[in-house]
Amino acid sequence: MAEKKQNPEYEAPAIDWESRAYWEGAGRGELVLQRCRDCGVVQHRPRGLCASCLSDDIEHFVSSGRGEVYTFSVVRQNQMPAFAKAVPYVISYVQLEEGPQLLTNIVDCDPDSVSIGMAVKVDFVPTPATNGDALGVPRFVPA
Amino acid sequence: MSFSGKIAIAGVHEYESRWAPDKTSFQIMGECARDALADAGLGLSDVDGLFCATMTMGAMGPVQLAEYLNLKPRYLDGSNIGGSSFVSHVAHAAGAIHAGLCDVGLILYGSTAASDAMAIGTGNSSGKDPSAAFVTPYGATLVSSYAMVAQRYMHEYGVTSEQLADIAVSTRHHASLNPHAKMRNPITREDVLESRVIADPLHLLDCCIISDGGGAVVVTSLERAKDLRQKPVLVRGTGEAVAHREIGAPDLTTIAAKQSGEQAFAMAGLTPADMDLATIYDSFTITVLATLENLGFCKKGEGGAFVENGGIGLGGRLPVNPDGGGLSSNHSGMRGIFLVIEAVRQLRGGLGARQVEGASLAVAHGTGGMLGQMHSGATLVLSNS
Repeated sequence: MAEKKQNPEYEAPAIDWESRAYWEGAGRGELVLQRCRDCGVVQHRPRGLCASCLSDDIEHFVSSGRGEVYTFSVVRQNQMPAFAKAVPYVISYVQLEEGPQLLTNIVDCDPDSVSIGMAVKVDFVPTPATNGDALGVPRFVPA
Repeated sequence: MSFSGKIAIAGVHEYESRWAPDKTSFQIMGECARDALADAGLGLSDVDGLFCATMTMGAMGPVQLAEYLNLKPRYLDGSNIGGSSFVSHVAHAAGAIHAGLCDVGLILYGSTAASDAMAIGTGNSSGKDPSAAFVTPYGATLVSSYAMVAQRYMHEYGVTSEQLADIAVSTRHHASLNPHAKMRNPITREDVLESRVIADPLHLLDCCIISDGGGAVVVTSLERAKDLRQKPVLVRGTGEAVAHREIGAPDLTTIAAKQSGEQAFAMAGLTPADMDLATIYDSFTITVLATLENLGFCKKGEGGAFVENGGIGLGGRLPVNPDGGGLSSNHSGMRGIFLVIEAVRQLRGGLGARQVEGASLAVAHGTGGMLGQMHSGATLVLSNS
């Protein structure tokens, strides 16, 4: 499991009612995005209302999980213990097919092989269950 | 009705030491208040507006600071928009004074970031709350957030590591002329490129230093400033802006400085070409390049050519950060107040080897927060007549 060495173990994310569907989806292996039923905008990160028209008529849907690297950096120094042992690792904004960008890691590849425009697809890591919640953290791998 | 040209900066002080393990941040602010008020020829009893932000004060920071200084101001502003806060505080003070809400505004900052060994750039950037959960798991450091902007600049516009390195080289040269600067030994482009990579493509010497420090700025009406100790420096234009992860596809190379700069120059009735120098928040070399482009000193994509080979050094096309900036002089976590202080000192003149000869117009621009994630921008246009 080479990719495990490139990343720290992910802790269970802090969630609230605005973000629960996203992290529960990740626990099922689904990248869940929001679409406004009034204005049609797809948004990320999730909110309790549409940040474009303030409608609260929001629906959730499962993203294709495909996108490309918009930008990235190879992190070679991080003084937080959990990440210090994971360097070098890749932090990136991935441009999703559905429009939004999300901040994530690119794993399962040589950090020096990552480039802008590279095709990537989502991958998930389950996080420790807390209070019965089966959550996960999405990250990306070369497509 | 604009306050442009009717408000003045009458006093400034920069804490001289970069290492103050025996001081508290409040003590540093108190000493800076004393020395900036003395610089202006005023006393603590003249202050009726208090403006402050620090990395460690609580939500009632201005109230705590007023208690510490035994002040009873009639106008309080503790707005914290990151390291740019103090540039915006000048605008807020100008507005308050112009509206008659106070007469003398005191802006304060103090920090012991270095002696507290704060991991500002290479610690994780977010806490444990549901909104931070979209950042925290991934190990995004502050350096890497700026690095992702640099990577995008290189991809879109062909900016090179050599061009970014030249920003650090010019700034270090300026620091070598400033007896108070923390890092004064000259460096070369090769030194920057050979320093270790912290987060690609940014090297150690592309990053600001960490120091202790603090500062104070005294703002009042031009009418009142005319009778004070120093020649007034006029507030000609101000602007503020926020940029963030927009819904959709944000452009990481368009930063808050574009909006705040346009507003500040419009208020001043001036253009970037009129400026004799700039003080720009140089958290990283890329911050300077992105800010120069977005303020309009050159077109998008021309920032690399603008900064290379001493273009922003003393004697270059636009001297930037003649005090040595955050890259080499001081960076105690929130650097905005030093941008204002150095711009004022340059417009007063008499700085010796680092003086921009004949400087009469300056722009200060602070970036707060993180380029690449969410950040604020505050721009200030100043003149000495």
